[in-house]
Amino acid sequence: MTVLIQGATLPDGSRADLGIRDGVFVEPGDAAGGRVIDADGLRALPGLVDLHTHLREPGYEQSETVLTGSRAAAAGGFTAVFAMANTSPAQDTAGVVEQVASLGEQHGYVTVRPIGAVTIGLAGERLSEIGAMARSRAAVRVFSDDGKCVHDALLMRRALEYVKTFDGVVAQHAQEPRLTEGAQMNDGALASELGLAGWPAVAEEAIIARDVLLAEAVGARLHVCHVSTAGSVEVVRWAKARGIDVTAEVTPHHLLLTEDAAVGYDARFKVNPPLRRSEDVEALRAALADGTIDIVATDHAPHPVESKETAWAEASFGMVGLESALSVVQTAMVDTGLLDWTGVARVLSAKPAEIGRLAGYDAPFALGAPAHLTLVDPTARRSFGVEDLRGRSVNSPYLGRDLPGRVVATLHRGVPTVLDGEVRPAEDVAQEASRG
Amino acid sequence: MRHLLSTRDLSCDDAIGILDVAEDMADVARRAVPKLPTLQGRTVANLFFEDSTRTRLSFEAAAKRLSADVITFSAKGSSVQKGEGLKDTAQTIAAMGVDAVVLRHGASGAARTLADGGWIDAAVVNAGDGTHEHPTQALLDAYTMRKARHGDASRGRDLEGLRVAIVGDILHSRVARSNLWLLRTLGAEVTLVAPATLLPSGVATWPAVVRHDLDDALADQPDVVMMLRIQSERMHAAFFPNEREYSREWGLDDARFSRLGPDTMVMHPGPMIRGLEISAAAADSARSLVLDQVTNGVSIRMAVLYLVLTGATA
Repeated sequence: MTVLIQGATLPDGSRADLGIRDGVFVEPGDAAGGRVIDADGLRALPGLVDLHTHLREPGYEQSETVLTGSRAAAAGGFTAVFAMANTSPAQDTAGVVEQVASLGEQHGYVTVRPIGAVTIGLAGERLSEIGAMARSRAAVRVFSDDGKCVHDALLMRRALEYVKTFDGVVAQHAQEPRLTEGAQMNDGALASELGLAGWPAVAEEAIIARDVLLAEAVGARLHVCHVSTAGSVEVVRWAKARGIDVTAEVTPHHLLLTEDAAVGYDARFKVNPPLRRSEDVEALRAALADGTIDIVATDHAPHPVESKETAWAEASFGMVGLESALSVVQTAMVDTGLLDWTGVARVLSAKPAEIGRLAGYDAPFALGAPAHLTLVDPTARRSFGVEDLRGRSVNSPYLGRDLPGRVVATLHRGVPTVLDGEVRPAEDVAQEASRG
Repeated sequence: MRHLLSTRDLSCDDAIGILDVAEDMADVARRAVPKLPTLQGRTVANLFFEDSTRTRLSFEAAAKRLSADVITFSAKGSSVQKGEGLKDTAQTIAAMGVDAVVLRHGASGAARTLADGGWIDAAVVNAGDGTHEHPTQALLDAYTMRKARHGDASRGRDLEGLRVAIVGDILHSRVARSNLWLLRTLGAEVTLVAPATLLPSGVATWPAVVRHDLDDALADQPDVVMMLRIQSERMHAAFFPNEREYSREWGLDDARFSRLGPDTMVMHPGPMIRGLEISAAAADSARSLVLDQVTNGVSIRMAVLYLVLTGATA
């Protein structure tokens, strides 16, 4: 199967035709006779990689499945997602991670790389079979108890050391549990006025500070999930200056939204970590621009309607984000002049792939490289609506919000998963993907 | 008035209007037959997801004095314990033909969520939501203060210049929040007195003077001393060491009470724990307005139900 993409604008601004045959980039001249995509005016980005997705399968299929989450990912321009471990049963054995990976393979929309739980059942007590997951067909390299913090200092130290054995990384959900008991939103005057228990910045910063020191002490690699405060940025900046092997991510929503969204008690804005102050948003943007924060990861967290249609304190934490991620990054970083498209390609593709040890993303568009890419129309504007969501859940904080940019096409290993802005039918994608 | 959800968004005119309607309602209570036909045929549902006998009875008395029918739902032993949520409970009750819902809920913002959810058409009156607000309590407190200060000449007046000290667990108190916003709107000055552990984060940005030392606060001779209930479970969460120490530092004991001026009003939203935050002598003194607060509570709730059910502007 061949695809010829004509007149695309590459991240660096140059124009090129892109040829694809048998899943890899080839000379345009060698890609004749197949599908032709007119990419005039469209920006070609390497396939996006999300290091932090919740696909919910197995166990919470009413919220999302590997299939529906994969479709949401493709719609957002992603060609690979790392699936968090808090499923039921948890992704803490080779069997479960292999099952999730093979579902992803079978559907073919994106590469699904399962994340392994650090501890059995994410209970924070005993290490899970990290070696077995690393050596399984799922080849797990990222380990996380996300949703829960590995708060026991000794256990965290051991996890950092042990994961190093397999060239893996611990992705820490930095949340000191005692300081956040019952916490509902960012701590401060607004939380006090609304009567919602505060989630202090120090509960995140103290864990990050401890963990970078632990990583230094044992010479291990650490990844910090969803950094949300200006203070956390300072800690990470300090750690990097000291030569500690730490990487950090920020979510699209923490780059755009602030705690003020909680005023009407609309639980779509309830998320962990909570939305913070505008000073934090500014600090996070600056840190992403200067490389202190390495990547953007969505923390796509689908929930059924009933878990959000309730009083704030009773609602679930989390928001979906795969379909809106690129638009939010464009509005927060590109349209503000903080990041160019080369930078976007770095923080949403090359760097997350590198952290997760995912091959095929280090030389985008190079001849012979896997053909993962997305075509984006940055000039489009839309009122973001339920019709823009392709997963099973609709708990997006952006519904009704005007957002720039639109994903026109996505190709995973040369197979179009999105064309003309529409996600292609599951059967077609699965069939073409299996042909290779 | 469509709903009453908070005092934060009441204007001064709205607030005075409600207090004035409550004056009329209080007049009714003094009649031989203290009952008005105004809300005949209307139904008020008390939805109490949290126990509160006092507030529930007060709303019930208020509704009945206006001839409304009252149905009461309390979460204990109900479908809520079987996992039913706010939306379904409210819709079920509303389907029985309810004109107003009086909601007490443990989650902050529950009243707002119910009013904004589009789930029911009934008017919503917040009877206490989590640690957010308890607007009718603040209104009855303001009414009580205005009455004590201006007597029969209360109508149309605000609380300009009145100095109010609120003492105790500000952090967890919806009463303190509702009082602060309403008192400020009515022109009063507010001092909050508590240990740092029981003050909300960001309190410095609130329109109040904050003090830690009760004796210093009382030395300023406030016009009103409002003591808040202290819940004993707080000390288990390290907010303060024990009851003895709390009482010694922040209790209105006999010695502190004796230093108050002759016209100082002593108030408490109840239920009081005598010997902890307030001494028996202070609670039972002529300066204590605790029972006036209860009486006035019925008038205020009559006024609020009248206003939301008739759609009148105060």
